[in-house]
Amino acid sequence: MIGFLLRRLVMVVPALFGLLVVMFLLVRIVPADPAAVLAGDNATVAQIEQIRQTLGLDRPLYEQFWLYLTQVLQGDFGTSLYSSRPIGADIALRLGATIELTLVSLVFATAVGMVLGVLAAVRRNSLIDYVLRFISVGGLALASFWIAIMLQLLLSMHLGWLPLRGRLPASLPAPPHFTGLYLVDSLLVGRLDIFVASLSHIVLPAFTLSLAGLAAIVRFTRSSVVETMQNDFVAYERAVGYPQRRIIMPYVLRSSLITPITQVGLMFGSLISGAVAIEAIFDWPGLGFYLVQAILSSDYKAILAVTLVIGVIYAFVNIVVDVIHGLVDPRISQKG
Amino acid sequence: MRDDLVLSVRDLSVTVHSDDGPAKILDHVNLELRRGEIMGVAGESGCGKSTLIRSILGILPHGAHSVTGEIQFCGENLLSMPQRRLEREIRGAAIGFIPQDPYLALNPVFTVGDQLLEILRWHGMPGESSDRRYTRSVRARHRERIIELLDAVQVPDARNALDRYPHEFSGGQRQRLLIAGAIACQPQIILADEPTTALDVTTQLQILKLLKELAARFDVSMLLVTHDFGVIGQLSDRVTIMYAGQTAEYGPTGEIINDPRHPYTQMLIRCHPDRSDELIGIPGQVPVPVSPPSGCRFHPRCPAALDICSAARPPLLYGEADRQAVACVLYSEIVS
Amino acid sequence: MLILRRFLRDVPAVIGALIVLTLVIVAIFAPYIAPRLAEAFDSNLMMRLKPPSADYPFGTDGLGRDILSRVILGTRPALAASLIVVLGAMVIGIPLGLIAGYRDGWVSETIMRVTDVFLAVPQLVLALAMAQILSGGIWSAILALALTYWPFFTRTVYSETRRVRSALFIDALESLGASRLRILTLHVMPNVAAPVIVRATAGMGFTILTLAVLGFLGVGAAPPDPDWGLTIAESRQYLPQSWWYATFPGLAIFIVVLGFSFLGDGLRDLVDPRLRRSR
Repeated sequence: MIGFLLRRLVMVVPALFGLLVVMFLLVRIVPADPAAVLAGDNATVAQIEQIRQTLGLDRPLYEQFWLYLTQVLQGDFGTSLYSSRPIGADIALRLGATIELTLVSLVFATAVGMVLGVLAAVRRNSLIDYVLRFISVGGLALASFWIAIMLQLLLSMHLGWLPLRGRLPASLPAPPHFTGLYLVDSLLVGRLDIFVASLSHIVLPAFTLSLAGLAAIVRFTRSSVVETMQNDFVAYERAVGYPQRRIIMPYVLRSSLITPITQVGLMFGSLISGAVAIEAIFDWPGLGFYLVQAILSSDYKAILAVTLVIGVIYAFVNIVVDVIHGLVDPRISQKG
Repeated sequence: MRDDLVLSVRDLSVTVHSDDGPAKILDHVNLELRRGEIMGVAGESGCGKSTLIRSILGILPHGAHSVTGEIQFCGENLLSMPQRRLEREIRGAAIGFIPQDPYLALNPVFTVGDQLLEILRWHGMPGESSDRRYTRSVRARHRERIIELLDAVQVPDARNALDRYPHEFSGGQRQRLLIAGAIACQPQIILADEPTTALDVTTQLQILKLLKELAARFDVSMLLVTHDFGVIGQLSDRVTIMYAGQTAEYGPTGEIINDPRHPYTQMLIRCHPDRSDELIGIPGQVPVPVSPPSGCRFHPRCPAALDICSAARPPLLYGEADRQAVACVLYSEIVS
Repeated sequence: MLILRRFLRDVPAVIGALIVLTLVIVAIFAPYIAPRLAEAFDSNLMMRLKPPSADYPFGTDGLGRDILSRVILGTRPALAASLIVVLGAMVIGIPLGLIAGYRDGWVSETIMRVTDVFLAVPQLVLALAMAQILSGGIWSAILALALTYWPFFTRTVYSETRRVRSALFIDALESLGASRLRILTLHVMPNVAAPVIVRATAGMGFTILTLAVLGFLGVGAAPPDPDWGLTIAESRQYLPQSWWYATFPGLAIFIVVLGFSFLGDGLRDLVDPRLRRSR
């Protein structure tokens, strides 16, 4: 297992390094002069030049890169051009919000998606199967930012059932920071009111965010279960009189859920992508919202930093998924 | 139904409604299995042998198909028995089943013990009612029973074998495990679907010997489906030859092998390597069930075909005391 | 012809094909189909935020423009931009995949490691960052999407090429003295074409979706373009009163993407019946 982890790391580190190089070069070569952007429209040439010097933009490219690389490895992403705060601290502050949102979506999408997928597979070619299959294609075709706005319109604005935006109402303080997840932290300090409030705030963004992943999981689970049911061992289990429900659960499920589990890693990518727009719509103070703000204010250092951090999280999740995969399938874990 | 019959298949027809039209997989098949006998069912692939077995067990694949005729077993028609009773009392209980490919028939992500115990769990041990609570002590008793059975089928180290996964056993050992599963509930009949095809030659012999021994020791009748006349010659008392979903001929094994009547039987026997030095095949292929040839289904491949063979289906003509029968115009005289 | 018959039996695929066909026709003839061409661009403050009516079936927007006409005109940038993105990604991705799949050694290794770099971050995030760095606007968005989408084609073509290459006949051709280029174009390409077409079809839908997100977040199309994502972004300040403002452009995105998905699934079933959904 340790050898396997090392091999994965050897694959991931160069990719992340390459990402850093590509993004760094793009930022330094392509855009309008960041110094000029920062100085504003009315700045003189001398002012711009001075900013350039303080930012180190006048040094050779490789020196700038080396400097940036050593800083990043120490967790220092520089200062935001927009808020003048350290970017690393900004990101750390927002990480919890994004992790909470994506985790809740992931759990919801996986749990509901697998149940529906199994249902569709067992009731193959029935009405419910057709409906679920349509949903599984349709869910992927929905623009999540659009469905978010539609649900906001209906559930928050018209019906007033759920809060419109944010993680908590202004009247409640944020719980003390342990994990950064309000749902967990509020319970740790025994504040049930904060827990309920943050739950009602996360329902809409998490549900919206989960739709695409839910659709994908329904689809993969269905096809995986259907495929497993074609196996000879299922025919055998029927032939020796296992009850139908036992054949499905646990016999078919344990072997057919392996494929959807491997898909969860891919799904996490789409969750992160979706979180960008969803967080912006719900004013959810996470990484995606931060990225959008950085983009709208041309804060290149922040853009670069968020991209890298998301790359690291993405790689981490995929490695975790591989490990889980090995644990679920006895044939893989016994091969070592 | 006569007293010594345990299974009697009468005019069994199975029609599958495919995209290309109705396909008669089985067409008025008749078959009788007497107490304590081993009946061989032979024919090329695609002749409907496996469908016959699935019809008896009531596990034809889902989808549009219609079944007519009757399957009498212990005084009851299995075709009109509700699925629940079939599941509880017939499959794996009163009728044991040995699958074709031991490599594929066991679920790879469950231990052998889990899978064998499942059979006893739902049918109960012989003499035990099946709807009792499944307590720890019942399970322990079942475990002991399985270990006895594994000893009977000569699986080495039976006690530890239960906790191992299928991929830790060789093909021959897996087939022994499955045979143990087939006799676990002391069935009246065992249906064996090409039980040795997937094994190498030396293992085949051992398994055949074991089957013959067990059939005698547990006083069980057996329906042995195969395309290998060597297997039939060694094991079975009587043989039914099937071609394209119809009964072509049946009779005592010795008579069929030494004096085959139907041209198809003659060619099948000649194909067996023990019977001739040169490799002989039967020219042509088994017809697809959607569009079978008119008249006798074998006539396009038959060396002795006459003009009338393509006109009408030859009826099954019975010999003396119904000991044997053949469906071929060449033998119309043996009736009279 | 057998393939066509099998395709026609697949109802969702046919629906998808019809949607895509309609989209193409509407996009080509958009100025003639749009009922109020003039009112698609000219603001008319008297007509602001009118709900759907017989005259304005989809209502009017914050500048009094006809939303139906703008949705119809929006087919053009959506289709054109995603077509450029997918074709661009194919132009970069397919040759690289062929080379990486056909050759061994450092060339192949380097190409595949570069795809790892681009796949290290979810496509939308990378495209978003790149589009902004490339100074924003619709062309930056197109370029950024093409630059982040090609690795998917490279991966597909790579594994297909590997598969074809390991089949014996390529070795036979090489020993007969056929040139690399000839083998690639005449023997490998046709085998690779099917999965690429499937991926490109589904990719059209997802690119339309991604472009809409970029437009929505303000790094794609700019006003007064009738871009669907941009329109939805503009509508937010008029909620909750003007529900129709965001509804119809969103539905347009949904239907179009659904069409490409259905079509892509249908094509995949034709190419690889093993994966058939209807099983």
